[in-house]
Amino acid sequence: MGTNISLEEKFQAYVDAENKVEPKDWMPEKYRKTLVRQISQHAHSEVIGMQPEANWITRAPSLRAKLILLAKVQDEAGHGLYLYSAAETMGTSRDQMIADLQSGKAKYSSIFNYPTPSWADMGTIGWLVDGAAIQNQVMLTRTSYGPYARAMVKICKEESFHQRQGYEVVMKLAQGTPEQKEMAQESLNRWWWPSLMMFGPSDDNSPNSEQSMRWKIKRKSNDTLRQEFIDKTVPQAHYLGLTIPDPDLKWNEERGSYDFGEINWDEFYNVIQGNGPCNKERITHHVNAHEEGAWVREAALAYAEKEAKRKENRTSAA
Amino acid sequence: MNKNHWKLYEVFVRSKNGLAHKHVGSLHAADADMAIKNARDVYTRRSEGISIWVVPSDQITASSPDDKEPLFAPSDDKVYRHPTFYDIPYDVEHM
Repeated sequence: MGTNISLEEKFQAYVDAENKVEPKDWMPEKYRKTLVRQISQHAHSEVIGMQPEANWITRAPSLRAKLILLAKVQDEAGHGLYLYSAAETMGTSRDQMIADLQSGKAKYSSIFNYPTPSWADMGTIGWLVDGAAIQNQVMLTRTSYGPYARAMVKICKEESFHQRQGYEVVMKLAQGTPEQKEMAQESLNRWWWPSLMMFGPSDDNSPNSEQSMRWKIKRKSNDTLRQEFIDKTVPQAHYLGLTIPDPDLKWNEERGSYDFGEINWDEFYNVIQGNGPCNKERITHHVNAHEEGAWVREAALAYAEKEAKRKENRTSAA
Repeated sequence: MNKNHWKLYEVFVRSKNGLAHKHVGSLHAADADMAIKNARDVYTRRSEGISIWVVPSDQITASSPDDKEPLFAPSDDKVYRHPTFYDIPYDVEHM
């Protein structure tokens, strides 16, 4: 027991000195658990996040828009993979993570349980959802676990394209016909509040945050990140002539920040519990794709085995 | 195990000639050829590389963090291996 305490203290001092933790280093079991949960949840979010956007690939309004959307959705698959790989360095398996996602044991970002009925949503998602993700991910490039930090650096480089292409889509609509501008506004109305919820519960309701900050997994609290996002995004909406759907939103000169209205936490917890508009659809789609793709994985293995044997025969013949 | 599981490969990418291959991450694949193809899609979507190495992860032998002291500490007290250890008069040039 005594040695256990000193190991944890040593670990804390190591992290306090801004050193990175690498896969084979000793770490508290709870540090490992927290990270496996957080990284796999992050990976699941990237993968499930492909669905609302893939919805528009076949219906993109131009070839240019379609190419961009395809590239973005492919990026999300890549981001999922970087993150699964980072989680695997902590000794969990890909199969286990997929199983936990499909059984509902593991969560993913609730934002992807909202539907995308309008093309404008492709713009709003890039602008707000990816914008909120960037806010969080830039912080995570300095997280204490090395493989997670490295994955984040790569992801952040690519995510900037996502946000900018999204803003461009919204801008085109906002500067178009009155009907198009209305599309942009309607989409903003639906996505604004769920985007703010992406930062998680407020600080006084986020019991794990404190420990995560102590271990330097996180470096900023949920409320801090949320406020930074709002302060950056409101002027971007003003530029487009769009209205943020929050009557309480107003600049606070003293704080140098925007005050904003109360978030509907009932909705937040309700969607997390599985009762959002698309929870069932998202998981069902994932399960179906996984099961229908099983034969491809098996065929690839069978082919690989055959090839290996063929190579062996060639070498023994020669 | 092997029946349903693709192997894990570590991926190394050379960003341009003149630089060494650098570890960029890992991925699963049925065999090495497929690992190269997947690595191309996952790790070089934005001209990050001109050459890829893949190595089965279980083929890498790594030093243990527990051996950090005996392996690497001895070199810490051999400052005489560094050029700055030696005082050369200011007037002596090109050294």
